[in-house]
Amino acid sequence: MELLKLIWRNTLRHKLRSLLTAVGIAVAVLAFMLLRTVVTAWNAGVEASAANRLITRHAVSFVFPLPYAYRDRIARVPGVERVTFAVWFSGVYIDKNQFFARLAVDSNSFFDVYPEFLVPPDQLAAFKRERNACIIGSEIAQRYNLKIGDVMPLEGDIFPGRWEFVVRGIYRPRDKTTDPTSMLFHWQYLEEQARKEKSSREGQVGWYVSRITNPDEAGALSASIDALFANSRAETKTETERAFQQSFLSSMGSVMTAMDVMSFVIIGIILLVLANTMIMAARERTHEYAVLKTLGFTARHIFVLITGESLILSVIGSAIGLTVAFPAVEGFQNALPKGWFPIFYIEPRTIVFGTIAGVAVGLIAALIPARRAMSIRIVEGLRYIG
Amino acid sequence: MPPLIEIRNVSKSYRREKLEIPVLRNISLEIGAGDFVALMGPSGSGKTTLLNLIAGIDRPSAGSVVVAGTDLTELSEGELAEWRARHVGFIFQFYNLIPVLTAVENVELPLLLSGLDKPERREHAEAALAIVGLGDRMDHYPRQLSGGQEQRVAIARAIVTDPTILVADEPTGDLDKNSAEEVLGLMDRLNREIAKTILMVTHDPHAAERARSIRRLDKGELV
Ligand SMILES: Nc1ncnc2c1ncn2[C@@H]1O[C@H](COP(=O)(O)OP(=O)(O)O)[C@@H](O)[C@H]1O
Ligand SMILES: [Mg+2]
Repeated sequence: MELLKLIWRNTLRHKLRSLLTAVGIAVAVLAFMLLRTVVTAWNAGVEASAANRLITRHAVSFVFPLPYAYRDRIARVPGVERVTFAVWFSGVYIDKNQFFARLAVDSNSFFDVYPEFLVPPDQLAAFKRERNACIIGSEIAQRYNLKIGDVMPLEGDIFPGRWEFVVRGIYRPRDKTTDPTSMLFHWQYLEEQARKEKSSREGQVGWYVSRITNPDEAGALSASIDALFANSRAETKTETERAFQQSFLSSMGSVMTAMDVMSFVIIGIILLVLANTMIMAARERTHEYAVLKTLGFTARHIFVLITGESLILSVIGSAIGLTVAFPAVEGFQNALPKGWFPIFYIEPRTIVFGTIAGVAVGLIAALIPARRAMSIRIVEGLRYIG
Repeated sequence: MPPLIEIRNVSKSYRREKLEIPVLRNISLEIGAGDFVALMGPSGSGKTTLLNLIAGIDRPSAGSVVVAGTDLTELSEGELAEWRARHVGFIFQFYNLIPVLTAVENVELPLLLSGLDKPERREHAEAALAIVGLGDRMDHYPRQLSGGQEQRVAIARAIVTDPTILVADEPTGDLDKNSAEEVLGLMDRLNREIAKTILMVTHDPHAAERARSIRRLDKGELV
């Protein structure tokens, strides 16, 4: 027999109470993981943003286009390495419930500025050769079972008509935070159609993206780009990709802040649940601890007994919560409309934090009962009637 | 040779709110090695308190308690715990076994504080249980034993470390006549056969008869 055996037997003493406590911890850890994952998914856009990319958009609103002619003027700004641009195409694929980004991009420069979209060179070359070719994210290919050579028909909304694109490339996301759900095609193709229809959209792009040499100059470069177009009919607003993403996402920001805070409140709740259980358990055993001390066990042994039991409950509970979190996150993602969160995964950081929190809660919850049990005098403990 | 237990001018009082309640007044007592002393007296006379001072689980308000050459009043809490583990075997009125441990595990418990390894601990625990006649009840939990059997397990737990003194606080107070007789017979044997020094608190004259000498307490004073 070892002390560990006594700790384990004590844990099993009130099976239902221990079970409920461990399940409570498991549920709380699961909730923590889910909330953190949603917050992570939300922030992924911000985190994925590169520090060396500037976004230039219409000063009034993102929805107003900018003249194509701006491209060369931005490119001439010292410190700007490469300029690309894109147009939000929107459109309907299959039905209105399929969410993913569909963008018309400058096929010559786009993948230079976005190296995190990994396209095999032969596919990229094939894409560049064909007017109505497109490149799709690996997850889109998988979700709609699309292969190279397949046709992707889109019903235009902002750009009316029926559009057909041939899949010529499938890109893989380089980083976990890279969106694997975009569909990209030639802006030149969009422009051709606009010219044919004599549309007002001719010669317009949605926004510009500049890759810059030195991220530290982002502020100064943004100012000099915007200065080029000051007092023109289409003034611009340039900011870093990160700032752009943040302003884009800020409408949901307060909800995310609430979820962020809640995820930590939950840790506090687990602490209270476990502390309550341990206080009850230790109080019931006041007499026994006095007997153990009489036999020569010290306050340190009592501390080990109580903390050990608390740790067993918290570690088992956390382990169950962590294990269930993976299928739960997957189920959660499947239950959401496709494309709501292009990036949805449990961050390693979340796992580490969940684990540390589990252990820390086990230790902290034991402090109050352990302190009392350690300090109570033997004769008082022996006279204690629970 | 000096006596094994030497109590000099010991007083003990408890503080309840602002009131000092004297429990023991200026007690001096000597107990020689190998003796078997019964401590008698009416309820509330301070028997348990005196026993606790000798066993090193409580401290006197004044005076000194010297056991086997060690002045207990000079030891720190940690040293006192270590001293109890080595020198004292405790027998309580209500047995005080750990309910989630089997008989043999309960007996093994104090050995966790010794340097013995696992097989040695087990061996000693089994031997102690055999001495009290419970070799066939090793794996029973306390709730599966009678009161008399539980108290015998408690005696095995008290002797397994081969302590210098055995202290027993009303060891037969909760037992029927036959079980009490068994427990007293066992203590008698421990005293006679292996010369254990025993201090037993009791208010049962029948039990006290088994001791070699009887001391009486009344209102905190030896009479
Ligand atoms: N921890 C304590 N706090 C306050 N009073 C106590 C405490 N322990 C004992 N007493 C008091 O001391 C007196 C003697 O107690 P005790 O030694 O248990 O007597 P006995 O064992 O002879 O019945 C009693 O009046 C009891 O109420
Ligand atoms: Mg008493």
